[in-house]
Amino acid sequence: MNFSYTILIPLIPLTVFLLLGIFNKKIKPAVSGYIGVFGLLASATISFYTAYQYFFVSAKVDGVYQTFVEKTVWMNFTETLHIDMGILIDPISVMMLLVVSTVSLMVHIYSRGYMKGDEGYTKFFAFLSLFTFSMYGLVLATNLFQIYIFWELVGVSSYLLIGYYYTKPSAVAAAKKAFIVTRFADLGFLIGILIMSYYTGTFDFETLNNPEGSAILNWASTSFMGLSAITWALILIFIGGAGKSAMLPFHIWLPDAMEGPTPVSALIHAATMVVAGIYLVARLFPMFYFVENGFALNIVAYVGAISALFAAIIAITQTDIKRVLAFSTMSQLGYMMLALGVSGYDGHHGVGYMASMFHLFTHAMFKALLFLGAGSVIHAVHSNYLKDMGGLRKYMPITNITFLIAALAIAGIPPFAGFFSKDEILVAAYEHNKLIYYIGVFVAGLTAFYIFRIYFGIFWGKDKEYEHKPKESPLSMTFPLLFLALMSIIGGFVPFSEFVTPDKSGFEAHLNYPLAAIAVGVGLIGIILAWVFYKKENSLADTFANAFGPFYKWASDKFYFDEIYLFVAKKILFKRVSAPIAWFDKKVVDGTMEGIGNKTVLISKKIKGMQSGKVQDYAFAFISGVVVLAIVFIYIWTN
Amino acid sequence: MERYIFYILALIMIVSAIASVSSRKMLRSVIYLLFALVGVAGIFFLIDYNFLAAVELTVYAGGIIVLMIFSVLLVHHIEMKLEVAKISKRILTAIACAIGAGLFITTIYSYDFKVESIATTTTTAEIGTGLLSYEAGGFILPFEVISVLLLAAMIGAIIIAKGRKLETNNDDIT
Amino acid sequence: MIEGISIYEILALTSILFFIGVYGFITRKNLISILISVELILNASVVNFVVINKYLYPDMLQGVYFSLFIIAVAAAETALAVSIIINLYRQISSVEVKDTETMKY
Repeated sequence: MNFSYTILIPLIPLTVFLLLGIFNKKIKPAVSGYIGVFGLLASATISFYTAYQYFFVSAKVDGVYQTFVEKTVWMNFTETLHIDMGILIDPISVMMLLVVSTVSLMVHIYSRGYMKGDEGYTKFFAFLSLFTFSMYGLVLATNLFQIYIFWELVGVSSYLLIGYYYTKPSAVAAAKKAFIVTRFADLGFLIGILIMSYYTGTFDFETLNNPEGSAILNWASTSFMGLSAITWALILIFIGGAGKSAMLPFHIWLPDAMEGPTPVSALIHAATMVVAGIYLVARLFPMFYFVENGFALNIVAYVGAISALFAAIIAITQTDIKRVLAFSTMSQLGYMMLALGVSGYDGHHGVGYMASMFHLFTHAMFKALLFLGAGSVIHAVHSNYLKDMGGLRKYMPITNITFLIAALAIAGIPPFAGFFSKDEILVAAYEHNKLIYYIGVFVAGLTAFYIFRIYFGIFWGKDKEYEHKPKESPLSMTFPLLFLALMSIIGGFVPFSEFVTPDKSGFEAHLNYPLAAIAVGVGLIGIILAWVFYKKENSLADTFANAFGPFYKWASDKFYFDEIYLFVAKKILFKRVSAPIAWFDKKVVDGTMEGIGNKTVLISKKIKGMQSGKVQDYAFAFISGVVVLAIVFIYIWTN
Repeated sequence: MERYIFYILALIMIVSAIASVSSRKMLRSVIYLLFALVGVAGIFFLIDYNFLAAVELTVYAGGIIVLMIFSVLLVHHIEMKLEVAKISKRILTAIACAIGAGLFITTIYSYDFKVESIATTTTTAEIGTGLLSYEAGGFILPFEVISVLLLAAMIGAIIIAKGRKLETNNDDIT
Repeated sequence: MIEGISIYEILALTSILFFIGVYGFITRKNLISILISVELILNASVVNFVVINKYLYPDMLQGVYFSLFIIAVAAAETALAVSIIINLYRQISSVEVKDTETMKY
């Protein structure tokens, strides 16, 4: 089976990007919107076709999904170590293709309504296409280096899109923050890649991930500070993934990234780019699992669990609905990391891995839906803050219903999508590590609570003083909402365990009814609490907030992570390290260099008169030189 | 006898050469050069190269000096005094030249020339035969080349000297 | 052969002439004067050729031939130089070196 046509999937958005980017001012906004949407429609169609071909027609041999690779050598270092460019088709990349295509297409359609009349309409679509291209490239990458290239490309497009309203200082600051923080984490990724390639001699995923391959079998050959070098490489790579996926402690960029337009938040900061970290760990899962008996994988599990808990607590206290969703995203990403961390490798033990990918899939759908719904609300009331909203269910019925579906999905209420994936995660965690399981259950309750807190806050309660009456968004915005709502309902019934497993062979997954009942129960408790607190405006919430006192304050200030970073950066790094270095650089290094330059200029000015243009002067120099040389050679240099 | 003549000639040559390079009157400078050249011709006579002496006199004294006098008359007032270089530069150059000359002379004196004391007289016929010979050691080719060179120089001199005035094409030079 | 005069004396004389010419070439400010100095230098070398021929290889004539060629080339050179000087004088009404220094920084 030949999948080489899938190269078209990333190339079409790239073409669209170049087209819209180069002819930015020449294309009418309406036309550029159509170009973007249809370009992506083509990509998405090919993606769906690929997925159909892969999962249902041809890729399964003896019950195992095969991996298809098409690549060319791009940079040759040595016989064995070379960087390839190509496409890799296996269950998770195909699954990611589906997610990226679906969400990106919906966001494109949605943006046509949301961004209408914006000055940089064409630019916006160009950037969206650039992002989509980069994300496809990342998903299809065949080796670590290729994934790193596209990794940085998605970082750049994310930067461009967060800073889309570049006249707003906060947007510019957020863009810079996102870029620098992820870049900082990517440094770890790069070092990890270098260590990995140094010890294994390859960048290639297939070679690395082969459980019988030398990369995995020889992990113990070199050790550094008590751990295998390969484990260090994996931890460093995971740091890169944690930066992209906003895991603790690199999460600080994600809430600020909400300064970007809402469709961007839905596409990049909820559904696709932020899951790149998950995807990376999943991509290298056999390595994570086998090397040093999964030491690195344990780190993944705990970082995921702590991030999930931490973000969920903060989410309860935030008043900006997009920020609530951002922390919710972070929490759910922590869930996925956690699931990967507790997963086994073969057969039914791979349930965590499967659950992680499943949750990635369903989360992309319902979180994009939440963001797009929030965008629709923001579009209507022109505010991000909960205090400016209330009673919107009368004015925006479609948004209300779809938002409710998404909220039920994320709260894990059957039969919505989130229930199934979350249940699998909890099953995996229960089998592996009880502590992580309890964290997971607790987070599930918190999730239900905060999501219904904003749901009730937005759509119920009293009407607020609106400048003009809010009304339902146009069809271009409601259609994606409806589509994604449909996906959020039926997404859970996809038999994911048949398709995506670590050993690619598939197994039968069953609901674990006691665990599912507990999870649903916790979710319902969360919803009911939210209902009690926020359905009607009352002082109950404030009373509770006061009861928690300082803890509430910490949470609403995001546990002062930003302040700690600022303190470390400004007071310690800038003042104690950077300032002296800058002084040294300016005075000593630059001083020496500029001194040399200035002196050269000065001397040249003095001696340029020697180049007088008079042959006689040259003749004089020539004669004296000859005489001197003659003396030297006749009398002095006689050995 | 010949010895004294040589010394007298040498004295004349050196004095007139120095005068020629330091005189501030153009025309006198040229005439001093003439004296120096005549001295050279005298040395040729002394060492029994009569033909060469004659060539020296006709070409240099008769041709080149006259040419120079013409050019001096064309471009100068006879009484115009020449500018001289800065005194520091003159001294510096003089020192460099003195060192150079000293170096040459000491080197020459320290070298043991194998002088052969056979007195032969060269006839013009021998020189002519040698110049036109195309056997080994013959100089026919350089001779012809020199004749072409002279022709070319003549044509070139005419064309250059005829050249237009600057006003016509000054603008694009500047 | 000059009776009583060794080759050393004649070569010393030509060396002196040569350096007088060099001195003139460097210090004179006028193109014709420079030309005169060049003639002095050339003549010094002509005498050298001839004298070395006469004292060291009296039965050969190569030195004489070279002297002839040098004289011929000098004549050609002078003719051209004079024509250039005249042309220059027509163009800029000067034959001073300081007016022709275009090869400057």
